[in-house]
Amino acid sequence: MEITSLPPDFTVPVKNADKIIALAGNPNVGKSTIFNALTGLHQHTGNWPGKTVSTACGEFRSDNFSYALVDLPGTYSLLAHSQEEEVARNFICFGNSDTALVVCDATCLERSLNLALQVMEICPNTVICVNLLDEAKRRGISINLERLEENLKVPVVGTSAHDKKSLCALIDKLDELCAGKIHTNPQKLRYIQPIEQAVSIVEPGLRKQFGERVSTRFASLRLIDGDSSMITELGNFYGKNPLEISEIADRVERAKAVLAANGITADALKDKIVSNLIQNAEDAARAAIERTDEKKSSRADKILTHKFLAFPIMIASLMVIFWITIVGANYPSQWLSAGLSWVGNRLADFMALLRAPWWLSGILVDGAYRVLAWVVSVMLPPMAIFFPLFTLLEDLGYLPRVAYNLDKPFCKCKACGKQALTMCMVSTNL
Amino acid sequence: MGKICGLNEMGIGEQAVVETLRAHGSMRRRLLDIGLVQGTNVECIGRSPLGDPAAYLIRGAVIAIREADCRDVLVRRDS
Repeated sequence: MEITSLPPDFTVPVKNADKIIALAGNPNVGKSTIFNALTGLHQHTGNWPGKTVSTACGEFRSDNFSYALVDLPGTYSLLAHSQEEEVARNFICFGNSDTALVVCDATCLERSLNLALQVMEICPNTVICVNLLDEAKRRGISINLERLEENLKVPVVGTSAHDKKSLCALIDKLDELCAGKIHTNPQKLRYIQPIEQAVSIVEPGLRKQFGERVSTRFASLRLIDGDSSMITELGNFYGKNPLEISEIADRVERAKAVLAANGITADALKDKIVSNLIQNAEDAARAAIERTDEKKSSRADKILTHKFLAFPIMIASLMVIFWITIVGANYPSQWLSAGLSWVGNRLADFMALLRAPWWLSGILVDGAYRVLAWVVSVMLPPMAIFFPLFTLLEDLGYLPRVAYNLDKPFCKCKACGKQALTMCMVSTNL
Repeated sequence: MGKICGLNEMGIGEQAVVETLRAHGSMRRRLLDIGLVQGTNVECIGRSPLGDPAAYLIRGAVIAIREADCRDVLVRRDS
């Protein structure tokens, strides 16, 4: 039986799965590729309850376990307050997942590790998947995965979209972790001394009252930070708002006093926490990256966004695509039109054979069928030619450069560069 | 010590270090997310043909930022 819904209290009803994995990562790191590769067609999408954030759940089996995989929204951090970040944070903190799998981008390891370190702070059972290794190699970046694993003290697996073996290695690592053969001891995030001191004041109070159901270090930081959405969720989870317990409220006040004494105000605290996170991610990434030869801006980019060449190239490439679409679609349109028309005539003959009344054959043949045939023969060929060509442009990576070039004029129309792409797609209808 | 200016005033090929952010709210969080914290190295890689947005190399990624948002990022240019 499949997992069907995510009730508001963030648990996933487990029917067939032995273990539940939360899949997290930045946007555009290939998280969906990994998700699809692992779950195949055994997945379905929906919405997180009460939010406009989509979710996907899937399942897959290894030799040892059956897994349910929950695809969390792509986020850069668990601290900001967009809906996506809240959903991801809440599921990792309060959901019933056994393991977290964080997908990182080898070409952008530092940024990816920012999220990975935050997830590790909350969930010690984390596996890190460094994806896009082939893309990184192409750009001259190589990652020392063993060193990364040594530094972070959690399992690290490298994957590439085209390498099926790497996916098997990932599943093996998940098996080992879930079977208890690997013990993780995630590298603690190091904050500056005043913050560490503040946390050490609040943590024991939280642990005494509520145990370690949610990482007390993470919860302490959020209480000191005054993160209202997290405090509400903690209240829901624990059954009581932690700040309503006088001992904890006292400790939080003392912690804030320590910070104030060190010149860290409430606003400055948020910035300091983010800086510390980024510093930790930078240190971890720097130790693991062995850059061999990286060009900052490729020659192709310089031409595609060149002051004088960019627009002619853009207009020319779009014109070529539209020309192929319009001219190329004529022939299939004619064949389809002739073929479907022949079928239409046979249908009309069939209706006459049945001595069907004029209004019935009118509605079914002259009305419904002929209109459908006309729409298919006129619309289908251009769509079938245009969209693959446009996808080719997308795979070549040209479309973001188009959005970049056109952003200024589109902003003047109160839109943005990305809408140039939707306009291209819509224009085939004209 | 170099001069402090907005990110938008950097020329192509110039390097600078982030000093402070004047933005607030969700734009501030977005700028922090992409790594523009104090002390980060930034290099201006290029500009769009119409002048806006411009592309910056920030912590290993090339990111396009509009001029209006760049004004809120204060950097110290290498002298």
